[in-house]
Amino acid sequence: MTLADGVAVVVWLGVTLYVVFGGADFGTGLWDLLAGGTERGERPRELIDHAIGPVWEANHVWLIFCLVALWTGFPRAFAAVMSTLYVPLSIAVLGIVLRGAGFAFRKATRETVARRAFGAVFAVSSIVTPFFLGSALGGIASGRVPAGRPGNLVTSWMNPTSVFVGVLAVAICSYLAAVFLTIDARRLHQPDLERYFLRRASVAALLAGAVAIAGLFVLREDAPRLYRGLTGKALPLVAISLACGAGALFLLAKGARTGTRLLAVGAVATMVWAWGFAQFPYLLPETLTVAGGAAVAPTLRAVLVVFAIAVLVVGPSLALLFALDQRSRLDAV
Amino acid sequence: MWHLAGLAEAPQLLPARIQMAFTLGIHIILVPFGVAFPAIALLANRRALRSGDEEALTLAQRWSKAMAVLFAVGAVTGTVLSFEMGLLWPGLMGRFGDVFGLPFAVEGIFFFTEAIFIAIYIYGWKRLSPRLHLWSGVPIVLAGVGGSAAVIAANAWMNTPRGFGLASDGSVVDVHPMEAFFTPAFGYEFAHMLLAAYMIAGFMVASVYAVGMLRGRRDRYHRLGFLIPFVVAALATPLQIVVGDIAARAIYRDQPIKFAAQELVTRTSTHVPETLGGLLVGGEVRYGLRIPSFASLLAGLSPETKITGLDTVPPAERPPANVVHLSFDVMVTMGFLLLGLVAWLALAWWRRRDLPRSRWFLRAASIAGLASIVALEAGWVVTEVGRQPWIVYRVMPVGDAVTASPGIWGSFAVIMSVYLGLAVAAVVVLRRMAAGWRDGESGDSRVPYGPRSDDGFGEHADGAEPSR
Repeated sequence: MTLADGVAVVVWLGVTLYVVFGGADFGTGLWDLLAGGTERGERPRELIDHAIGPVWEANHVWLIFCLVALWTGFPRAFAAVMSTLYVPLSIAVLGIVLRGAGFAFRKATRETVARRAFGAVFAVSSIVTPFFLGSALGGIASGRVPAGRPGNLVTSWMNPTSVFVGVLAVAICSYLAAVFLTIDARRLHQPDLERYFLRRASVAALLAGAVAIAGLFVLREDAPRLYRGLTGKALPLVAISLACGAGALFLLAKGARTGTRLLAVGAVATMVWAWGFAQFPYLLPETLTVAGGAAVAPTLRAVLVVFAIAVLVVGPSLALLFALDQRSRLDAV
Repeated sequence: MWHLAGLAEAPQLLPARIQMAFTLGIHIILVPFGVAFPAIALLANRRALRSGDEEALTLAQRWSKAMAVLFAVGAVTGTVLSFEMGLLWPGLMGRFGDVFGLPFAVEGIFFFTEAIFIAIYIYGWKRLSPRLHLWSGVPIVLAGVGGSAAVIAANAWMNTPRGFGLASDGSVVDVHPMEAFFTPAFGYEFAHMLLAAYMIAGFMVASVYAVGMLRGRRDRYHRLGFLIPFVVAALATPLQIVVGDIAARAIYRDQPIKFAAQELVTRTSTHVPETLGGLLVGGEVRYGLRIPSFASLLAGLSPETKITGLDTVPPAERPPANVVHLSFDVMVTMGFLLLGLVAWLALAWWRRRDLPRSRWFLRAASIAGLASIVALEAGWVVTEVGRQPWIVYRVMPVGDAVTASPGIWGSFAVIMSVYLGLAVAAVVVLRRMAAGWRDGESGDSRVPYGPRSDDGFGEHADGAEPSR
C-alpha cells in the first residue's frame, strides 16, 4: 500500500464514521417528523431529544475530518468536488446549520406553535442534509465530477445515481436512527417506546435494503463502471453487507437482541467500503486516481502521523467518556 | 510572481469575500468562549475546592453549562467555515491544500479532544471526585490553546508563506509541512489571538455580572462572578498591548505594504509621523492628528527608521488603506480604553481592597465585553484586509482563488439570515438559562445541547411526572 492509499483509507474511515454516527443522528429527524401530532408524538420526540442532546453537534467532527484530510491529502480532488458540487454542498451546509438551530430553538421555547415550527425546521433539514450529501457522492461515483476543469453545475447532482444515493442516504440514516433509538428506549426502561421504534427499525431495514438493491439497476445503466466494481471485485463486501443486514433484520424480528446495533452498523459500514473498493483506484472516476491526485510525500506522511496521534489521543479520551457514561447508566438503574 | 489579471473578471469575488468575512466574523466571537472561558470556569472551580466557597462552585457549574452551549454553536459555525474553504476558495485549496492544510488536521485533534473533555467535565460534576474533576477540566484549556495555535498557523502561513517552492510552470514543489506550520508570523499572531481570547471571554463574562450589579444584585455571588473573569482579562490586557507592539514591528519587517496601509504611509521615507484618525484622500493624508516621527519610532525604535510606502507597489497591489488604518486605530483605541478600565480597578483595589465606588465603573465594565469584541473584529480586519489583494501574500491574489460558481450573493443572503436566527437562538437559550438560575432551578432542562448531567428521562422542566 502506498502513502497515498494510506491517506485514502484514512479519508474513507472518516466517511464511514460520519455515515454511521452522523447518520444515526440525522435519521432521528425523519422519526421526529413522522411522530404525529403534538400529543401523540410527545414521547417519541422526548426520546429523540434525550438521545441527541448529549451528542450536540459533535458528530460533525467526522465530516470536518473528512474535508480536512481530503484537502490536505488530495487537494485537487477537493477543489474539483467543491467547485462542481457547489449547489448540493451549499444546501447541505445550510441544512447542518438549520438543523442545529431548529433543535436548540425548540428546546428553548415553550409555546406550542413555535415548538412545532422549530421542530419542523429540525426534522426537514435532518432529511434534506443527508439527501444532498448523498446526491453529491452520487455525482462523484457516477463520474460527473471531473478533475482540472469545471463539471456541470446541475447534472452533476441531478441525475439518476445522485437521486439513488440521496434516497439511500436518507433510508440508511432512518434505519440506523431507529435501531439506535430502540436500544436507547430499552436502556431507559421505556417498553412502549422500545416496541414503537422496533417496528420502525424493521420497516426501515426492509426499505433501506430494497432501495439498495433497486439502486443496483440504476447503477447498471447510469454508472456502469461502479456497477462492474460492485458486482466484481467488491462483491465479497457487498455480500457481507447483505448478510449483516439480513442478520440485523432477523434480530429485529426477535425483538432486537444483543448484537442488532452491531450488525446494523456492520451492514452500513461494509456498504460504504464496498463502494470505495469498487471505485478504487479512482478518486474521481475516471479523471483522477488516488495516486495521481495525491499530495506530495512529506505532506502525506504528515497526515498519517497526525492521524496516528489523533488515534492515540482521542481514543483513550473517548474510552474514558464512555466509561463514565456507563457508570452513570449504572447509577440511573 | 502572479499577475493580477484575474481580479476584475471574477464577479463572485465580492460576494465570496463578504460571505467569508461574515461567517468568520461571527465564528471568531465564539472562539474565545471555547478557548478561554473554560480556564475562567476552572479558576472558579479551583477556588471552590480550596476554600469551600459555595458561590464559586455555583459559578463554575453554571459557566460550564453556558460553555457547552456556546461550544456547540461554535462547532456548527466552524463546520460551515471548513466547507467554505472549498466552496468559496477552491483555487487556494486546490493549489496549496497540501502545503498549509495540515494545521487544520492538527486543529481537528484539539477540537475533538476539547469536545470530549467538555463532556467529561460536565458529566464529572456528580461522578468524579472533586479533585479529579478539576483536573479533567485541564485538557479543555490545553486543547483550546493548541487548537487556536493550529488555526493561527494556517492564517500566519497566508501572511508569511513558507515551506514550499514554485516551479517555473507555477506548480508547487519541495513542500516542507513543518516549515509551513511555523512561519515567521506564527508566534506573534498566535500570542495576540490567544490573549485576545482571554480578554474577550473575561470582559464578556464580567460584563454580565456588571449589568446584574447595576440592577441592584450586589451580593457576593455577583461580585465574585464579576471579579474572577475581570481579573483574568485584566492580566491579559497589558500583555496584549506589549504583544501588539511587537506584532506591529514584525509586520513592518514581514509585510511592509500592510504596515504602510496601517500607518497611512504613501511614500517611502524616514521620520514618518504617526497619524491618529485621518484618511487617505486622493493619495494624500488628510485630517487626523499627526505625531512627528512617531511611526518611524514605533517601527524601528528610531526616528531615522525608513518605512516602505504604498507607492512602491502598483495601485492594483495596494490594500484599501483607509479601512486598514481606521480599523487599526479602532483596535488600539479599544485596547487603551480597556487598559484604563483595568487601571481604575487596580487603583481602587490598591487603596481600599474593593471595587471602585462609582457606578460609572460598572457602566464602563458592562460595555467592556463589547469593546473587546470590537477590538477583535477590528484587529482581524487589519490582518485580513491589510493582506489584500493577496490571499497568499505575494504568491496568489484572491481573484485566482475564488470559485467560478454563480449565485454566491444568494448563498450569502441565506447564510446571513440563518446566522441571525442562530445568534438569536443562542442568546435566547443563554438568557433562559440565566432566568432559570435566578428562579432557583438548576437550568439543566433548558440546555439544548451538551452532555446530560443526569440520565433522567421523562422529567419535564415544567414539572410533569416522570413517565416510567
